[in-house]
Amino acid sequence: MTPGLAGFIASGDDGQTGDDAVAGVLASLAAEFTVRPEHGSRPGSRTDGGTRRLTWLDTFDWRLYRAGLSLEFATARRGGELRLTAGDVVTAQPVTGFQPSRPHLLGDLPDGPVADRIAGLVAPRALLPMVTVTTVATAYRLLNSDDKTVARLVVEHPSVPGAEPRPLPPRLAVTEVRGYQTEARRASRLVGSGPGIAPATEPVFAAALRAGGHSPAGYSNKIDAAITDTMPAPRAAATILLRLLDTVDANVTGVFADTDTEFLHDLRVSVRRTRSALKLFGDALTGRKGLTADELAFFAAEFKWVGDMTTPTRDLDVHLLDFELTAATLAAAKPDDLEPFRVFLEQRRRREFRALTRGLRSQRFTTLTRDWRTRLTALQQAPVNGKTAATVRSGSSGKAAGETAGSLAAERTRAAFEKVVKRGVAITPDSPAESLHDLRKRAKELRYALEFFAPLYDPAVSGKVVGDLKRLQDVLGEFQDTEVQIGEIRALAAAMLAAGEAPAVTLLAMGEVTAGLAARQRAARAGFERRFSAFADIDGQRRMALLLRGTAG
Amino acid sequence: MRIYATYNIKGGVGKTTAAVNLAYLAAESGLRTVLWDLDPQGAASFMFRVKPKVKGGALIRGTRPLDEAIKGTDFDNLDLIPADFTYRNMDLLLGSAGDASAAKHGSGDAPGGKPARKLSKLLAPLAAEYDTVFLDCPPSVSLVSENVLHAADVVVVPLIPTTLSVRTLDQLSGFVDEFNGHRPELFAFFSMVDRRKKLHREIAEQLSAERSDVAATAIPALSVIETMSVERAPVTVFAPNSAAAKAYRALWAEIQADGE
Repeated sequence: MTPGLAGFIASGDDGQTGDDAVAGVLASLAAEFTVRPEHGSRPGSRTDGGTRRLTWLDTFDWRLYRAGLSLEFATARRGGELRLTAGDVVTAQPVTGFQPSRPHLLGDLPDGPVADRIAGLVAPRALLPMVTVTTVATAYRLLNSDDKTVARLVVEHPSVPGAEPRPLPPRLAVTEVRGYQTEARRASRLVGSGPGIAPATEPVFAAALRAGGHSPAGYSNKIDAAITDTMPAPRAAATILLRLLDTVDANVTGVFADTDTEFLHDLRVSVRRTRSALKLFGDALTGRKGLTADELAFFAAEFKWVGDMTTPTRDLDVHLLDFELTAATLAAAKPDDLEPFRVFLEQRRRREFRALTRGLRSQRFTTLTRDWRTRLTALQQAPVNGKTAATVRSGSSGKAAGETAGSLAAERTRAAFEKVVKRGVAITPDSPAESLHDLRKRAKELRYALEFFAPLYDPAVSGKVVGDLKRLQDVLGEFQDTEVQIGEIRALAAAMLAAGEAPAVTLLAMGEVTAGLAARQRAARAGFERRFSAFADIDGQRRMALLLRGTAG
Repeated sequence: MRIYATYNIKGGVGKTTAAVNLAYLAAESGLRTVLWDLDPQGAASFMFRVKPKVKGGALIRGTRPLDEAIKGTDFDNLDLIPADFTYRNMDLLLGSAGDASAAKHGSGDAPGGKPARKLSKLLAPLAAEYDTVFLDCPPSVSLVSENVLHAADVVVVPLIPTTLSVRTLDQLSGFVDEFNGHRPELFAFFSMVDRRKKLHREIAEQLSAERSDVAATAIPALSVIETMSVERAPVTVFAPNSAAAKAYRALWAEIQADGE
């Protein structure tokens, strides 16, 4: 019943502190209203005041923040409360025994309006504590000549707790009493015009993060490399690869902690992108002061080793993530029939995860990422002299070293596109599964090329190209993934049988799961023709040409 | 949404003080509550320090949404629709508020007809926002009171402990019994009871024991209740431990228990 008006920050100016600015605001309000502190203990009074400890929760990749939502946990006398803010709408859900310092998967949250609202957005990621803020709030009532409360002013003193608490500038907000909008607006104007007072442009959590040297949405699995059209190709290539390496590094801790499955997924995708990048434009890193062809081959092989190491755990994660959905769609078998399968998958996963973490903790992996970073950083920072670069344009290695990012992008993306078209048109209804798998790999390379060089392309054109390509990739992915999964389930069934852990009903249910996958695979195969045409027909080729013409190519 | 009305044909029987305190107690218990001051004297509005501002009876005619007239009180969960001086002509407003064609053909003025149900219609949209509505009615027998009786789920009737006032309750009860369809529940209580007067004591004790529609709780005649108009707040707020505040709490508990 008391919607909040815009908030303010009392940062102070001209040697004045935030508290001085607050005192100034109270004085100017006192000229128009009777200003009276609100006492929480008085019956019937509002309880906006007091000390609160708030923890900002989000996924590692900031899914809520990016969707314009803010989720906080407020400690209360009994348990606490999860509060989800979307614009002006606040959804609250009381929770007991919630420990904000620990990660929470969606299944760990009690059912309620907040859990319902974020389910589709967050899963399968865990909610992590991003930052904790302690606020001490004082509420004031603003009274008219009848001594009637016509608005309230809440002054908050936030700080980031720790061994040395970091105080943040005070925040002020005027809240409206229903039916007294004019007075609240008047009060808000008085607050806003005070010296050292500025509108609060970001939530207190964002300010708290910045105070700690971080920023909201500081992690993304998107490539977003800082490259330009005219940047020398070796520098652009190193910049893209460094960005991918950053993503690998950013996820290692989360993989070890096994907080959620997506740390490994993001790490794996970055490794795969790295391998594709080396294939697409690795030669741009060779040449003078760059890598030798042997070194390039070495790094490519090492990243293949990392990628392969992540495959078994990820494959099992996929089975487990889809498990509930798969069990729910069984027609003949009962969902419980599959339970021994789940137990087996989880056992397997534990084993594979141990092997994976051994690999990621190994000297080999540490050396690889360290050396790779050293080499890329050197290339990225190497002074590039046009003349010097041009002189190395001889020989097969270092062919791209004298180019710009724009020409490299156009040339390599075009080549990737031509491969997709050539292989795609050769596919007929009788083509073996292998030719679709091969096309899938080429389509993935093209997609990565478009993503690596995205900053150089016109977003209006690339949006349509990427959209059509994505839809083609979806059918190709569905076709191959279902085939792989069928093969895996058959192998797992054999392994369960060998281990004496396969009840007959479970094997029957697993059979039904593979039948469902086979039906999905057929549907994907049937959808291929249409999706391919939409991407690679005359119009599609024209769009691609238009896209590449926009670059220096 | 549950609608309570405080009503008596007679004035000065503690109707408004009951409405103000009971509405506050409802809000305090966590129910989202709105009190509509239908009395043109505006005593309830005054006690919540809200100026009676609405002009021209636009609310009753339905030309201005009720929502726009609502004012927040100083208390959590408690809002108020202030009195309007034009309510002194509310019978005319309600009479003109019905379906025009029905009124022309005479059916609109039939007992329990459209004008008599206008208030219910006006209140309906509040259900999304409030759990409880209190209607503080002007003392009269009129189209206003008929509207209130049709709209209310519970009519809270303050009675002065006299033989006459008991007759009034019986008349009211008879009137309500003639309603078709929805009939409000009558909940009477003795108000302004002077413990020093033998007649007050006897009537209050006897009737509350004998009659199921009379509350066991009586509100004593205490000067602290009269100071509400000086303090301009519910007695349950400025004197929470007074005998008066305790009596209103007991009365609200009894009203709620009765509704279960």
